[in-house]
Amino acid sequence: MTVPQVLSRARDTARELAWLFKGVMGENAYQAYLDHHERTHAGELPMTEREFWRDKTDRQDANPEGRCC
Amino acid sequence: MSKKQNGSHRHADVLVTDPDLPPVAVDPQQAEAEDRRWTPAKIALWVGIALLGGIAWTMLAIVRGETVNAIWFVFAAVCTYLIAYRFYSKFIERNLLKPDDRRATPAEYKADGKDYAATDRRVLYGHHFAAIAGAGPLVGPVLAAQMGYLPGTLWIIIGVIFAGAVQDYLVMFFSMRRGGRSLGQMAREELGVIGGTAALIATLTIMIIIVAILALVVVNALGESPWGVFSVSMTIPIALFMGVYLRYLRPGKVTEVSLIGFALLLLAIVGGGWISETAWGVEIFTLDRITIAWGIIIYGFIAAVLPVWLLLAPRDYLSTFMKIGTIIMLAVAIVITRPEISVPAITPFATSGTGPVVAGTLFPFLFVTIACGALSGFHALISSGTTPKMIEKERQTRFIGYGGMLMESFVAIMALVAALSIDRGIYFAMNSSAAATGGTIEGAVTFVNGLGLTGVNLTQEALSTMASNVGEESIVSRTGGAPTLAVGIAQIMQGVFGGAGMMAFWYHFAIMFEALFILTAVDAGTRVARFMLQDSIGNFVPRFRDTSWRAGAWICTAIMVAGWGAILIMGVTDPLGGINTLFPLFGIANQLLAAIALAVCMAICAKRGLFRFLWIPALPLAFAAVVTITASFLKIFSPVPAIGYWAQHTAFRNALAAGEESFGTAKTVAAMEAVVRNTFIQGTLSIIFVVLSIIVILTAILATIRAYRHGGGEETEDAPVASRIFAPAGLIASPAEKELETQWAALEPGRRPARTGH
Repeated sequence: MTVPQVLSRARDTARELAWLFKGVMGENAYQAYLDHHERTHAGELPMTEREFWRDKTDRQDANPEGRCC
Repeated sequence: MSKKQNGSHRHADVLVTDPDLPPVAVDPQQAEAEDRRWTPAKIALWVGIALLGGIAWTMLAIVRGETVNAIWFVFAAVCTYLIAYRFYSKFIERNLLKPDDRRATPAEYKADGKDYAATDRRVLYGHHFAAIAGAGPLVGPVLAAQMGYLPGTLWIIIGVIFAGAVQDYLVMFFSMRRGGRSLGQMAREELGVIGGTAALIATLTIMIIIVAILALVVVNALGESPWGVFSVSMTIPIALFMGVYLRYLRPGKVTEVSLIGFALLLLAIVGGGWISETAWGVEIFTLDRITIAWGIIIYGFIAAVLPVWLLLAPRDYLSTFMKIGTIIMLAVAIVITRPEISVPAITPFATSGTGPVVAGTLFPFLFVTIACGALSGFHALISSGTTPKMIEKERQTRFIGYGGMLMESFVAIMALVAALSIDRGIYFAMNSSAAATGGTIEGAVTFVNGLGLTGVNLTQEALSTMASNVGEESIVSRTGGAPTLAVGIAQIMQGVFGGAGMMAFWYHFAIMFEALFILTAVDAGTRVARFMLQDSIGNFVPRFRDTSWRAGAWICTAIMVAGWGAILIMGVTDPLGGINTLFPLFGIANQLLAAIALAVCMAICAKRGLFRFLWIPALPLAFAAVVTITASFLKIFSPVPAIGYWAQHTAFRNALAAGEESFGTAKTVAAMEAVVRNTFIQGTLSIIFVVLSIIVILTAILATIRAYRHGGGEETEDAPVASRIFAPAGLIASPAEKELETQWAALEPGRRPARTGH
């Protein structure tokens, strides 16, 4: 492999890792919602990012998730 | 069509997938062929894994040198996990669960883009692991280290393979087939009203005891430690700041805010060091355990009624961040430093049952002291509910459910290694209760050297040097496991970063790391228990069902906090030492919950008509039932006061009746009365747990027998829906899966039912 190839491979890996990490932290929840919304309610206006995160924590208020010991 | 045919294949002929789309599942025959094709490279790989694992086990179990290197624990664990994952979990998949990727998962057919959202398997693995792994696997192995390194290692590794991971995998799969139903709902459906109600009450009381004992671990770690108190209490303003930041300043920037929070956290740890060197800092932040316990009780109530966005959600981000980061860091550090371990394989405490850390012989008490990491019933609550609603394809449950638990087991092995790597004299000085050591350096040295352990010669200098290295006034009788683990982690980490000068930082970093998990578990647990209580009271007073009704929420939160708070205060003030009397109750509760979960799984398997492979859930169920019922009976009926709650109760009551003014480690009449009261509560709880669990297990056995007589039982799964998406099952896509992925990628975007996550 040439040097540029190695570099681009490394960049891809770093990007994958960043994507994975953000996913685990839950950061891509809004994007997932947007994707879903576009598929099922195309034409209707989706929640804004701010509205979505408010709605998400409000739902957590009503449906608490356990955390293990 | 007969309802009695087994497994998912009963729907095989009714499921028609969209012919315009590429296949949504790898052809089962092709997958089977791929599995069965043993190329020389593949054979060499697995022979290599098996050999390395075999050598590691030989070093641990057979070779008896002066010391054993920690690296062998890592190799033994990882190689055994790989073999179990590749062969045993696949055996379960093929014969018992029979997932069918042509069926849509709840994340697909109930998709709402929020709770039900198909999530990339690798991301979900991280999510699930973060939800199941907490302080449990870090604490239990530390306490069990008094029996030597071998019993704990064997139980953690063998237990996870045949019990813990099986439970998580089965519960997750069955919940997924039922639209993400909770364990409680499944218990009611499968076991009827009596079994279901007993399971619900058992779950509720078990949650109370688990939250109480986790809180006790934090109290013990922070007592008389100004540095710890300062840095851990700083997590509250840090979380509040993060909450406001995410709500009003930059919504959704989770990673960004976690990085900021992490930086502030490090600052809080360093700042704690400065504060603990000032006279005023020591004065303000040196708190006795009772004050800290009350602080946690008040905090627990407020945190559970505050909106999630303000405190719980941001602290959860922080704790996930710390969890993943620290565990990776610790694994790397252990591999780099490879500490030598001088603890014997098995100590006399395993057979005599007189260990000062937790009383009782190896059987059954090893199996309840180490719960999380080998078999944890609490996971059944996570594996049913949140995770199954996010699974993309049925076959991924093996990787996420079984594989996720293997990772937690590995965390337990690392905790065990960290605890084993510290000097044994120091280990016993830290973990023997203040009732035994008197809480002083002199007392600890006399007590530990008097235990008659070969090779242990503790000096006062060793204790005071270690205390000053980790930046604490004293480390004597810092029970609960967390401080011991923190010393172990500090010792390992300073070998990689910073040297001895950094030990104090790493010690408090580790304390912070554990306290974060536990505080998150405390308020999440209080919230979940509050909802369960509201739901139960709602059967009689319908108004309580309305979870947005403030007064109802506050009343139920107060009841739950009062429940665990009372046990916490009892543990803190216990003249007998607290953690050593209460911890067995934690393990018993957790394992009984596991027995309940496995009993429900067994009933479901029986109703599916899978009698040939019923032993897969029945074997761990039988083991968990025998262990926990024996342990409970010993706790209830044992005539030895150190083990039996009621024997202790009677001994102290008789002493009081005889007019004595001190008895054993209780030096006053008030202390004696406290022991009488505490043992009464502990004994009563033991009876409640064991009775409820026996009811659940019996109803499950009855349901199984009934299913056997009828050759199967009623179907409780959701109706199958044809899937319209494809994703690989395991961490790495197989050749056949890669081929399908290419076909799906070639589909024009408009026709492709999009997957989320990417």
